[in-house]
Amino acid sequence: MFDFSIITNWIHEQLISFMPTGLAVFVECVAIGICIMLMYAVLAIIMIFMERKVCAAFQCRLGPMRVGPYGTIQVFADVFKMLIKEIITINHADKFLYNLAPYIVILASIMSFSCLPINKGLEVLDFNVGIFFMLAASSIGIVGILLAGWSSNNKYSLIGAMRSGAQMISYELSIGLSILTIVVLTDTLQLSEIVERQADGWFLFKGHIPAFIAFVIYLIAGNAEVNRGPFDLPEAESELTAGYHTEYSGMHFGLFYVAEFVNLFIIAGIAATIFLGGWMPLHIPGLDGFNQAMDYIPGFVWFFAKAFFIVWLLMWFKWTFPRLRIDQILTLEWKYLVPIGLVNLLLMVIIVVFKLHF
Amino acid sequence: MYFTLLIVVILTAIVLVAVALGLAGVISPRSFNAQKGEAYECGIPTRGNSWMQFKVGYYLFAILFLMFDVETVFLFPWAVVVQDLGVYGLFSILFFLIILVLGLAYAWKKGALEWK
Repeated sequence: MFDFSIITNWIHEQLISFMPTGLAVFVECVAIGICIMLMYAVLAIIMIFMERKVCAAFQCRLGPMRVGPYGTIQVFADVFKMLIKEIITINHADKFLYNLAPYIVILASIMSFSCLPINKGLEVLDFNVGIFFMLAASSIGIVGILLAGWSSNNKYSLIGAMRSGAQMISYELSIGLSILTIVVLTDTLQLSEIVERQADGWFLFKGHIPAFIAFVIYLIAGNAEVNRGPFDLPEAESELTAGYHTEYSGMHFGLFYVAEFVNLFIIAGIAATIFLGGWMPLHIPGLDGFNQAMDYIPGFVWFFAKAFFIVWLLMWFKWTFPRLRIDQILTLEWKYLVPIGLVNLLLMVIIVVFKLHF
Repeated sequence: MYFTLLIVVILTAIVLVAVALGLAGVISPRSFNAQKGEAYECGIPTRGNSWMQFKVGYYLFAILFLMFDVETVFLFPWAVVVQDLGVYGLFSILFFLIILVLGLAYAWKKGALEWK
């Protein structure tokens, strides 16, 4: 596997050869910030375009076709449209909290986004408590959503935000439990280390049945966590206009929209990292020629391929199942997924302790 | 080094929002209309305040969540070392989980998980 830290180290050496170390570190920090921003924006645009095209395909439509070849410039036009819309703050809103909410939502999204191990040596935040930090960072987003709904002083927003809060905190448990199942198998929390352990087989295949159950639970809970698909009742557009961001206009709304789509990618990225081996290529024991051919494909291609496969899977979910009610959502989580998750965790511990895994 | 990077990431997020909103503020039109400041509800003027007492069911689930989330926080350090602890680790966490499951069963029996 190609290690990208060679390139980053080379850049670092080039920089300190003609400027003091402090300045070099500063330049690198600015470069990292710009890279994150560009990646974030580009991913959001790709995700929105993909969503529209995939939805269209599932409904036997064409999707956007007019703007540019096959509608490829449509999303850029949408971004521009959002920029030239007036930002309105309503009279009775709590102005400070109303303006603070997009910052918190984007902050949570970017903090967990920069943890994703895209390639060997290409992860920005690679803490030794990586996956735990990621869970913590992504749950800050709930605070932003609750603030947005509460400060708007609008009944639709308030109901949407409350539903969203109840749903997201509930499903976070299942995400935590299914990630815990894999952590028991790896005995590390560092994301790059988790990927390295999957060199001889992805955890989905290595972890017996518990890993597979955890994967299914993770997909369901992840879908609920980003308020999509059958769990999109926080912004059920036929009942609540737009849910918690009803009162946001123009770019304010755009930021919530972008964060929602990148959060979907982050959920898919975590699934790809801990279950499907991150940037590790597909290796089949015994087929050496096949394995070597797979090694030639760069790591980030593998990562994005796996992540977008899961994104596509979640979009398929969205267009297959009808929307659930709030009581059904909470019943599904507390009476089915949490008990199954706990039993599954225990099963995985028994497998690990008695060394029954591959 | 990790702390510096974390600060960089946080600053990036703030700058991204500030730049996006600033750009929109510069190029977007401004027009005044008293109606614009009204809440977007049904077209008629909104009645009453939205900051009111809310259904208690949501808070009940929040309390339940607190219990299980703290449990997850306790389980993470254990999950990292369980391979070294072996059978001892399995049994010690078994008691912890049994107490938690009893808690969930109690909440279930009391009807805290029903949406009324």
